[in-house]
Amino acid sequence: MPFDCFSRRSFLQGAAAGTAAAALGFPNLARAQSGVTIGIVYVGPKDDFGWNQAHAVSIGVLKATPGVKIIEEENVPETAAVAKSMESMINLEGANLILATSFGYFNPFMVDVAKKYPKVTLRHAAPLWEKGKHPDNAGSYFGYLDQAHYVNGVAAGLSTRTNKIGFVAAKPISSVLRNINSVLWGARSVNPNATLQVIFTGDWALPVREAEAANALIGAGCDILTCHVDSPKVVIETAERRGIRSLGHNASQAPLAPKGFITGAEYKWETIYRIFAEAIAKGQPVPNMVFGGYDKDMVRNTAFGAGAEEPARKAAEAAIADLKANKPIIRGPVKDNKGNVVLPNASYDNFDRVLDGMNFLAEGVVGSIT
Amino acid sequence: MNQPVSIPAGPAAAGRIGRERLARLQRGAEAVAIPMLALVISAGLFSIFLLILGKSPVQFYSLIWLGGFGTPFSWSNTLLRAAPLMLMALAVAIPARLGLTMIGGEGALVLGGFAAAAIAVPLIGTTNPVLMHALMLIAAMGIGAIWIGIAGGLRHHRGVNETISTLLLSYIAIAIMNFFVEGALRDPADPNKPSTRAIGSEAMIGKMPGIDVHWGLAVAVLACILLHVLMQRTTYGFACRIAGGNARAALAQGLPVGKLIVSASMIAGLCAGLAGYFEVAAVHGKANASLAAGYGFTGILVAFLARHNPLAIIPVAILFGGIAAAGGIIQRRMGLPDASVLLLQGMTFLVLLASETLYGRFRLFNPAARTERT
Repeated sequence: MPFDCFSRRSFLQGAAAGTAAAALGFPNLARAQSGVTIGIVYVGPKDDFGWNQAHAVSIGVLKATPGVKIIEEENVPETAAVAKSMESMINLEGANLILATSFGYFNPFMVDVAKKYPKVTLRHAAPLWEKGKHPDNAGSYFGYLDQAHYVNGVAAGLSTRTNKIGFVAAKPISSVLRNINSVLWGARSVNPNATLQVIFTGDWALPVREAEAANALIGAGCDILTCHVDSPKVVIETAERRGIRSLGHNASQAPLAPKGFITGAEYKWETIYRIFAEAIAKGQPVPNMVFGGYDKDMVRNTAFGAGAEEPARKAAEAAIADLKANKPIIRGPVKDNKGNVVLPNASYDNFDRVLDGMNFLAEGVVGSIT
Repeated sequence: MNQPVSIPAGPAAAGRIGRERLARLQRGAEAVAIPMLALVISAGLFSIFLLILGKSPVQFYSLIWLGGFGTPFSWSNTLLRAAPLMLMALAVAIPARLGLTMIGGEGALVLGGFAAAAIAVPLIGTTNPVLMHALMLIAAMGIGAIWIGIAGGLRHHRGVNETISTLLLSYIAIAIMNFFVEGALRDPADPNKPSTRAIGSEAMIGKMPGIDVHWGLAVAVLACILLHVLMQRTTYGFACRIAGGNARAALAQGLPVGKLIVSASMIAGLCAGLAGYFEVAAVHGKANASLAAGYGFTGILVAFLARHNPLAIIPVAILFGGIAAAGGIIQRRMGLPDASVLLLQGMTFLVLLASETLYGRFRLFNPAARTERT
């Protein structure tokens, strides 16, 4: 399906909205319907030091594209409200590309909007879209952040003195479990004695509980902390205040820990948004499915902070080189932390779909999903 | 009502009836005018705030009009949000007629929605959808009624403050749902967002004809009308209002105040559970953390602005649905943060509470006071 920035339907809708606005006597509400209007929906604030900020900053690539107008909306809950926000962007402001950045937006909300507006292109930031099963005008884009967490783990494995790394996690779901396990696998690749202690807080944004979990992990002897919560701010700041080192998640938290920051796992959404921008500039369709890791420059590690020592830096850089060459992270057979063999093969491709549904904590992780 | 007029009466009696009618009209006008005044004042205060930020209040209110009411799409957006607000406002308004401030409807909504989704799990695809929906409805309304009923019972039998208990029960309800959704009832097919198994789009409740809003809206409007009749036109409602006016006097009159408190709480829970049912059956198709979307809390505001009158809840819920629907376009066009709409709501609430002191102070609305003075 071509990327139809001037479809008759969207033109008519835009024109109708414009006429309505003009007729009602609000001249500055009627916008010229030309070029591409991209509507972006965020689940939280755009300056959360985490997931939403990572997107909001990268959107700059699209903002710089000529003929592109960006409209953004933050704090949109994963309810019928998001469907209406997307429809409002389409109906009232003539958006022809929608980027929905939160996991729970996809089904049923984005899928329904895609069916209702077949001429509008919609893309969702998680590997959920499947050809044939979901509408053709919908699609997914995603960066495999576990690769950057693996690099975090490599750096942590050579930095820890107590061999205990702490991980504050939100919910025991696949993407989180995969990041937890990747930190451990990274650490074990350079330090076979490393262990990882994990505490689940139960939700994406519980700052008080995140601080409690961070303090508990430090109390248990962890000398490096990392996390997978919406906003890593609290965990990183707590680590810094208690004088231990930290690893980031989602976006750069380096400014929060001037003494103890080692490196962090960051999305590089701008690579994906640049692919979108280039397609738009050429008048081509935006690809339905865009994903990758270090191999396609879609994730990165934050520049080393003061907490990164020379051996850790070198090992981390070597690990990044391996990942760019698509060297597999997982060397099996892999056991979970209860002793069951969960991944029987000798190795797994880094993008094997089996790994998308990861539902265990690997051997060496101290903690429980249930 | 018409009977006294049809009975032949002297001119004095006719005059008295006329005066009573006028007085009733004037009281009605007061109940409309004062909240309107409060709305206008809060809009004015918010305009000052916008001016301080260097934004145009004219643009702000024009965008509320456009985003909430200006186009057919805006109306469907508004009404979709208004439907749960009506039910959640009823959950506050009915106990309020008994003098109870119950603010935990959110919990009953979540638990009701969860119960509906949970009871549907073993029935998906095997049971007649009509039967399935009937069971879901009973589960949602039943658990909602029990949940707020507990707070009513605690209030009557143990003197536990119902405001605190409903609020705390609401957190417990959300925790219960999360416990099951992330544990025993979690759908293994959805590894990344813990949810119950989806009932499937075919089994979900559809849209009303001619409008892009599900049937929950019609049910909510109907509930407002029915509960208005219940509170204004039945002995039950009369007893409730007496008990709300003075519980001791009501007891002295032999009214079963305890039963009234518990039953009104249960009606409140029923409404909240019903809202939860529609969130699951018509919007989400499953239960997950997204059910706790704050409708219960906005519902409190709607109920107060409607002065706990079930009929007045309908337009007020539509107004607030419209403001919420316009929140997006305000963010996008004016670059105002999402919280600005919340600020407007909060300001409205404060002005509204302050305006309570104005009742009975205007001669225009208060003929009795005037006759006393003259």
